[in-house]
Amino acid sequence: MTLLSYFAYFAALVGLAWMLAIWMARVYSGSLPSALLRTEAALLRLSGAAPDRGMGWGAYALAVLAFNATCFVVLYVLLRAQGTLPLNPDGIGGMAPDLAFNTAVSFVTNTNWQAYSGEAQLSYLSQMAGLTVQNFVSAGTGMAVAVAVIRGFVAPKGATLGNFWVDLTRSVLWILLPLSVVLALFLAWQGVPQTLQGAVVATGIEGQEQVIARGPAAAQIAIKQLGTNGGGFFGVNSAHPFENPTISSNMAQSLSILLIPVAFCFLFGRMAGDRRQGWAIFAAMAVMFVAGLAVIHAYEVAGNPALGLGANMEGKEQRFGAMLSALWAAQTTAASNGSVNAMHDSFMPLSGLVMLVFMQIGEVIFGGVGAGLYGMLLYVVLAVFLAGLMVGRTPEYLGRKIEGREVTLAVLAFLSMPLGILVGGAVAATVSAALAAVQEPGPHGMSEILYAYSSATGNNGSAFGGWGAALQWHTTALGIIMLLGRYAIIIPMLAIAGSMVRKPQAPVTSGTFPTDGPLFVTLLILTVLILGALTFFPVLALGPIAEETARLAGQSF
Amino acid sequence: MLTHLRPAIALTAFFTLLTGLAYPLIMTGAAQTLFPAVANGSLIEADGAVIGSSVIAQPFTGAGYLHPRPSASDWNAAGTGASNLGPTSATLIATVAERRAAWEAANGSTAPIDAVTASGSGLDPHISPENALAQVGRIAAARGVDEGAVRRLIEATTEGPLLGLYGEPRVNVLLTNIALDEAFPMPPAGGEGQATE
Repeated sequence: MTLLSYFAYFAALVGLAWMLAIWMARVYSGSLPSALLRTEAALLRLSGAAPDRGMGWGAYALAVLAFNATCFVVLYVLLRAQGTLPLNPDGIGGMAPDLAFNTAVSFVTNTNWQAYSGEAQLSYLSQMAGLTVQNFVSAGTGMAVAVAVIRGFVAPKGATLGNFWVDLTRSVLWILLPLSVVLALFLAWQGVPQTLQGAVVATGIEGQEQVIARGPAAAQIAIKQLGTNGGGFFGVNSAHPFENPTISSNMAQSLSILLIPVAFCFLFGRMAGDRRQGWAIFAAMAVMFVAGLAVIHAYEVAGNPALGLGANMEGKEQRFGAMLSALWAAQTTAASNGSVNAMHDSFMPLSGLVMLVFMQIGEVIFGGVGAGLYGMLLYVVLAVFLAGLMVGRTPEYLGRKIEGREVTLAVLAFLSMPLGILVGGAVAATVSAALAAVQEPGPHGMSEILYAYSSATGNNGSAFGGWGAALQWHTTALGIIMLLGRYAIIIPMLAIAGSMVRKPQAPVTSGTFPTDGPLFVTLLILTVLILGALTFFPVLALGPIAEETARLAGQSF
Repeated sequence: MLTHLRPAIALTAFFTLLTGLAYPLIMTGAAQTLFPAVANGSLIEADGAVIGSSVIAQPFTGAGYLHPRPSASDWNAAGTGASNLGPTSATLIATVAERRAAWEAANGSTAPIDAVTASGSGLDPHISPENALAQVGRIAAARGVDEGAVRRLIEATTEGPLLGLYGEPRVNVLLTNIALDEAFPMPPAGGEGQATE
């Protein structure tokens, strides 16, 4: 029965993503109805975007940075000033500077790390005109960059990478917005509030008073899932009965988390003119995903004998139980989403290990919208290079040679992960101003630090919630690390794309190493695991692995 | 960089108006028209006063009512929170043992796992059917009615998995307690409250 449930879920996911990829291929190539084309052309010309001019990798990267910097400034000012602005029925004050910096970076980089609690610290205006907007455009930025990187690998020699403003506008207007409207209406029907009225005071049956926070939640939650953003309207995210009231709302959100990331695999195959290339990348991601999911499922269903018989229900909702909580945990960490429907801090140690690994390898198992694909292409460059070394031929991918410049850039991009996680985490584990955040003594405390810095570097946004993310040290340090985890990968990947597109496309011969078969899929998985996971193995041994060993010996802390 | 500044500012303004104001406001209008009851928080009213939301747990301690799962945030629906305690936390293990002792003393039966663990939201509106049925004896005694009748009412309000595939069987505590009050009104003062936790 469990297998059938999972199988039906994956079948639905792949089917929907397959159809979406057909539409996305049309959107990004501009094969749209003329009314839509006229609308976007008018908008872009009015914005001074010169939509007909293609960009090289440098111009594309500068456009990304200019746009994201503008977004950051607007969001920061809005959060600081929300107390004096309208749409604030619960009278919430302005955010402190360090927290506003952290939150603005977090939403602009598609991380959606939340060091605040939404219902207590954000006005409705900040939720709508601030965070919801960034949910759309940070997702759109990731999608645009991915499309530009794909063009670098597949476009004819000497072509441009496209125009950032066009790709961004198309991502938001013709992909994210229509899907969000449908999902928001579905969620509102299921019981997610969508109202501008403030909190309501209820007097319970036994006479006790209960203040119930509400708000325009459905619209924001729809894009939070579709854009792999993950920032909740309420503090406890999709565990909150208002964010995720029914099993149907849970399944719709679950599907939405992976929908666009999976579609990007198929879009890649379509743009490459060889769908098997897309399936190969999908297969590598799916194998790792299923393996991780199986571990989390097994541990959460088996439960924690120290708490009693039955599934591990601490931090989980009855309606979702262990299975749907495990599925969500695997998805949200694989896909760089970061929303939760159960509290990850209370998961079993080795479930936590899987979540950590999913984030630490750079969010490339489906990953963030767009970001997962260009992150995986980084590993593809390295895998092809390794294959070339092993067989003694010049490595090629999609008919183009992979040379020193691309490999150097890929390694440079890869290094941002250990830099953010290991260096950031090591400082957080030694400086006393940072250590106060740790809730628990023993190895679980180490896991909490590791989780926070992995989440920020991978632009995931989920947390071991007991950890004190609001401490000023961390709001600042994690803000800087989120910037590193986003742009220290985007810029080198665009540079790789810019370098690839200048190379001639050689015809495939019998001597070409095929990149669409099981051998390449295996090699790609091994590259991800060896480079990604082994870098972090020593520190994982101090956290979740030590905790599991202690637990089996009957120890508590 | 400067050539990119104009489109950056123009598109930030445009997307703020479109996705930050038009989109949520139009969705609000649509939800308020199509699903007004749930779009405002699934509130339940009695005699014109709001007594709660059907999807948000509220505390119950009376012997005649189903009791919800423990809440790490004291059922605060304006500042939610979980324990976030790890699986090897001595605090968590001790807390669960205390809850188990109290629950078993109040109900005279073995506590199911959901009755001694706190939910992630602190507002879990549901309990497992095993948890609900284990409370039948206490509820029936407090209301002075037959156990079978209470059990049948709880079984009638139990919800199953979606399509038989997804989610766990569950009983909504608030809705079931309202149904209990309708079907088996509490006996006048004195018959209640002696078995509170």
